[in-house]
Amino acid sequence: MADGNDAPKGAIARFLAAPADSVGKTVFVAVALCLVASMVVSAAAVALRPLQQVNALRDRQINILQVAGIYDPTADVAESFAAFEPHVLELATGEFTDEFDPATFDQRAAADDPALSIELDDDPAGIGRQSRFVTVYILRDDAGEIERVILPIHGYGLWSTLYGYIALEADGNTIYGLQFYEHAETPGLGAEVDNPRWRAEWRGTLLADENGELQISVSKTVPPAGAEYHIDALAGATLTTAGVNNLVNFWMGESGYGPFLDRLKAGDV
Amino acid sequence: MAHKRREMLIDPLVDNNPITLQVLGICSALAVTSSLQVAFVMALAVTLVTAFSSMFISMIRSQIPGSIRIIVQMVIIASLVIVVDQLLKAFAFEISKTLSVFVGLIITNCIVMGRAEAFAMKNPPFESFIDGIGNGLGYGLILMLVGVVRELFGSGSLFGITILETVNNGGWYVPNGLLLLPPSAFFIIGLLIWAFRSWKPEQVEEREYKIQTVETH
Repeated sequence: MADGNDAPKGAIARFLAAPADSVGKTVFVAVALCLVASMVVSAAAVALRPLQQVNALRDRQINILQVAGIYDPTADVAESFAAFEPHVLELATGEFTDEFDPATFDQRAAADDPALSIELDDDPAGIGRQSRFVTVYILRDDAGEIERVILPIHGYGLWSTLYGYIALEADGNTIYGLQFYEHAETPGLGAEVDNPRWRAEWRGTLLADENGELQISVSKTVPPAGAEYHIDALAGATLTTAGVNNLVNFWMGESGYGPFLDRLKAGDV
Repeated sequence: MAHKRREMLIDPLVDNNPITLQVLGICSALAVTSSLQVAFVMALAVTLVTAFSSMFISMIRSQIPGSIRIIVQMVIIASLVIVVDQLLKAFAFEISKTLSVFVGLIITNCIVMGRAEAFAMKNPPFESFIDGIGNGLGYGLILMLVGVVRELFGSGSLFGITILETVNNGGWYVPNGLLLLPPSAFFIIGLLIWAFRSWKPEQVEEREYKIQTVETH
């Protein structure tokens, strides 16, 4: 070399040797880094999505088994899950429909489809649109009699929509269990909806009184109707508790499972 | 050189521990130590994120403009955390549910940023990687120590295996409920720092104030 220096040759080498603090370099580094980082992140998300979906489905099935009280951690989940009789239910009539396959029917997708859902005017649960159809699970005893029904419910808490299942005894009025499988409430406060001790309070609580009036209440004080309709509020989670109260009252009422529960009580299911 | 690398790995465990000496990463140490299994996964995730982010930052350290260096570091750390979060959701779904927001909060863990800024910006990639592993292990060590105390005395088990049969399950041990609550980690970490500094008095910082002697007239 004429000048004897090992001066960088070629466009790339020259660029790399340029001072890092120049404007061009700053912009280039920022853009290049963002491109590489977004490619890495989206590649991971896309490549792992099938595995994550399998996990999410399995988790939901475990939750349904748990809320029905038949979860056995040692058994195969899919096998245990076969104990249920799934049905797609039309909410307005309370009748089962064969229009959809219960295994593939997606209530959340249906809620966004104008043909399959309704816009709620009176919306205490804060869900916006409600799917006209839902997948429910029926658990029968050895004699073929209904033992429990497991119904999906959801509604808005403080930060997020809580998705869960409620299990009712065959009388359609006694709660067997309630469990949320997806929410983003505050850990330690609202997220205590997952606390097993609080969930245990739901067992045996009644929904409606003898006149069929919905009396269930998740609140700080025992309602006038009596302690058998009362779930104690979560301390420090006023808005999550109110959300749970609203969503249970909404789904157990006329706009929710009311027609189905009437049929269940009459023994028509 | 090999000797120095070994030191870089061992040093952060006790002599330059990120939690007890540098007092970094305390918030997540409170949140995830009530059970050992969760603490272990968290420690592993932080170790991997610290090591790889330090390595990648070190690889491009001569190209990072000083004016945007913190942002560049954050982008690299955040991307790695998202990848770790996705991996956990795919391969350890139960644990990722328990860790909930704390995986995302690895981004804000001061240890990761601290090592990127203090070490990786000035050292070659391999050394930075080792330094990240060392600091992650130092963090993990404290997490595990706190986790052992909290899980053993808070719920009578270790890694979910019952050691002390609790009264609720028909045993004799009355669990200490306080240990399951986050504040208990403060006490345990405080006691650990005390123990470390009694063992190695050179870790004690010099006082920033002087006690005045009052002269009597």
